[in-house]
Amino acid sequence: MDLHLFWFALLGVLLTGYAILDGFDLGVGIVHLAARGDDERRVLMNAIGPLWDGNEVWLVTFGGALFAAFPRAYAAVFSAFYLPFMLLLFALIFRAVSMEFRSKREGAAWRRFWDGAFFAASTVATFLMGVAVGDSMLGIPIGPDGDYTGGLLELLHPYALLVGVLAVATFAMHGSIYLHLKTEGELQRRIHGWMWRTFGFFLVAYMLVTVVTLATVPAATRNFATLPWAWVVVLLNILAVANIPRAIHKGKPLGAFVSSSCTIAALVFLFGVALFPNLLVSSSDPAWSLTIANAASSEKTLRIMRAIAFLGMPFVAAYTAVVYWVFRGKVQLGKFSY
Amino acid sequence: MDAVLLARLQFAFTLMFHYLFPPVTIGLGLLLVVMEGMYLKTRDLQYEAMARFWTKVFAVTFAMGVATGIVMEFQFGTNWATYSRFVGDVFGSALAAEGIFAFFLESGFLAVLVFGWDRVSPGMHFVATVMVALGSMFSAVWIVVANSWQQTPAGFHIVGTGAAARAEITDFWAMVFNPSSMERLVHVLLGAFIVGAFVVLSVSAFYLLKGRHLEFASRSFTIALVVAAAASLAEVVSGDSQARTLATTQPAKLAAFEGLYTTTSGGTRLTVAGFPDTAEKRVRGEVAIPGLLSFLVWGDWNKPVQGLDRVPRADWPPVALPFQTYHVMVGLGFLFGALTLLALVMRWRGTLFEARWLLWTFVFAVAGPFAANELGWVAAEVGRQPWVVYGLLRTSDATSRSVPAGQVLASLVMFGVIYALLFAVYVFVLNDKIQHGPDEPTPPPPATTGKGLLAAAGRLAGQGGESLTSTGEAAGRSGGE
Repeated sequence: MDLHLFWFALLGVLLTGYAILDGFDLGVGIVHLAARGDDERRVLMNAIGPLWDGNEVWLVTFGGALFAAFPRAYAAVFSAFYLPFMLLLFALIFRAVSMEFRSKREGAAWRRFWDGAFFAASTVATFLMGVAVGDSMLGIPIGPDGDYTGGLLELLHPYALLVGVLAVATFAMHGSIYLHLKTEGELQRRIHGWMWRTFGFFLVAYMLVTVVTLATVPAATRNFATLPWAWVVVLLNILAVANIPRAIHKGKPLGAFVSSSCTIAALVFLFGVALFPNLLVSSSDPAWSLTIANAASSEKTLRIMRAIAFLGMPFVAAYTAVVYWVFRGKVQLGKFSY
Repeated sequence: MDAVLLARLQFAFTLMFHYLFPPVTIGLGLLLVVMEGMYLKTRDLQYEAMARFWTKVFAVTFAMGVATGIVMEFQFGTNWATYSRFVGDVFGSALAAEGIFAFFLESGFLAVLVFGWDRVSPGMHFVATVMVALGSMFSAVWIVVANSWQQTPAGFHIVGTGAAARAEITDFWAMVFNPSSMERLVHVLLGAFIVGAFVVLSVSAFYLLKGRHLEFASRSFTIALVVAAAASLAEVVSGDSQARTLATTQPAKLAAFEGLYTTTSGGTRLTVAGFPDTAEKRVRGEVAIPGLLSFLVWGDWNKPVQGLDRVPRADWPPVALPFQTYHVMVGLGFLFGALTLLALVMRWRGTLFEARWLLWTFVFAVAGPFAANELGWVAAEVGRQPWVVYGLLRTSDATSRSVPAGQVLASLVMFGVIYALLFAVYVFVLNDKIQHGPDEPTPPPPATTGKGLLAAAGRLAGQGGESLTSTGEAAGRSGGE
């Protein structure tokens, strides 16, 4: 396999892993204000308590791999999205802080404040990641030397904002389904309702983004001419989306969770297909786009890192599986809880 | 304000904040391995209680390291785009190795370390502890290799010219084992061991003074004391060997450390203290030992060490800041050695735990190793200026050209606010844990009821939902509402 393609694919895998794993804990943050009373909120917090930290390592590794494999793209993306990424960092840190702070005191106002902070940080982080994806679909003004030449406002394109909304809707649904798996009793019955509502929100946003993408972003489907099998993924995506309500209706939340994970994976895949072979499209001049060829590190480095990745990946998969196995089952509040 | 200066200030601020935490986890990780190893060997439950308590401190600190570490990784791209393009090919593989080997290793086994006490066998738990300790050291390996490459680049060639120039790897192992990497790695790891040990010394001394958890505190103190003393002495040797390498690889940096403006004709003095004055090219109020620097560097009292006059003026680093930070770091290093040796002698004589003044000294001495680590970093990085990659890329050319100064200022202010908050959480949680103290060791229940009880405990623990930072006590209270 071509090294450039390999690294493009591996970045896709890391992004998919991140979106599925951190997606549900961000989603829990987005929906948790709907819980009633302190005990219920604590159950939701504890559903993600031991897992969110490890989930974020996927983002760290994605960033590291982008830096290593495609330094020019890493430099361009991160400096172009300067303020949004700083805001994203603050949101991620704030999330961690609010989870920890919340449990240290019992005052109602204290907890309400940190609940609000947790919701806001989760929502903002998700929205910003969606906006970054939307902007990448459209392309942003990149100069001949690989530097961003636009301003902050150019990043706030209506289409990008719409994709941001889709990201929030997707994770809210994904998080609700996850919570249904981890809860029981009265709370679980109400979360059943959240699943339907967030699915409705997702479906509207998904259809809207699909229509707008097909109508106004020609680059999104450009590669389908040469990669006809990508249509299979489109089909699978639709099937996965359709299976979510079916599984919820049939009372199979695990099936719904797998389906929403597949939906996320398919969306990331289609995002990759839309970009390929670019990593960052220059809207100023297509010749200045950063591609997997012109933004890449040397063959030698890519080969060394491929060896590192092959050595490390089995371990990563094993740890992840072990941690999820250890923390399987329903949440119970105990003396160890938040 | 100048965009380059702002980017540097932000990097320095976020890095120095981040660097408060990883050395603690590296040092504590080593101590955890020792304590739990002692438990496995002796089956003395006190050692298990120690390992459990210090694991909690480890976990809080680890979470802080992760949260502030993501910022560092993003920042290469956000603020130092030109630098990222230049070093990506070289730096990238080190960073990728760090992500794959160190971060996943740590965060994977950390869950077992923190939550696995009642779920896996003591032997398996020990393996997890060793893995986490190794993982935290691995993360130091790769980041120090990358940073050392910036000090003494090796195993690469330059492709392209001007703003498009970048370094490409020609020899991976030459890059990894560049002239300064292994010495600097040893120095960083020893520095981390000292920090971790002094944290344990401080908390244990506090318990001893308050008459709480005496058995726990005296054993923890003793183990940490041995590690602190050994690491402090080794650090002096490591510092000396580094300075010798510096004389040939980065003479301008060594000259700045020593306030050496003019190359002497005979042996070069070792400056103990003073105030460098770059305008007058001399050190005011200098206290110096004649010939000693020559002896330390060359093993020859009369062979001169190169001064700044041999370096083009445009390539001079600032002198006052590296000089002072370096000297304070060295002074602190000797203090740690003296303090821990004194305590070791008194421990051996059995008078240590009666010497309240010395215990109080240890309660507060923990600030010293933190300061020494931070100052050492400042000395190393400012001493490398005006280069970000020594001799190849100037700091002033390395920033993100597309990011305006106003945005950097805005993010810098935000970091100030958020980190203040984050630090408050850390102190709050840590204080909570220290005030609560370790759980007293409890013998396992009798065999007749053991099975049922253990199973019940297992069920309780198996319900999931522990937090990384509030395993145990704090949540016990909030759980009772």
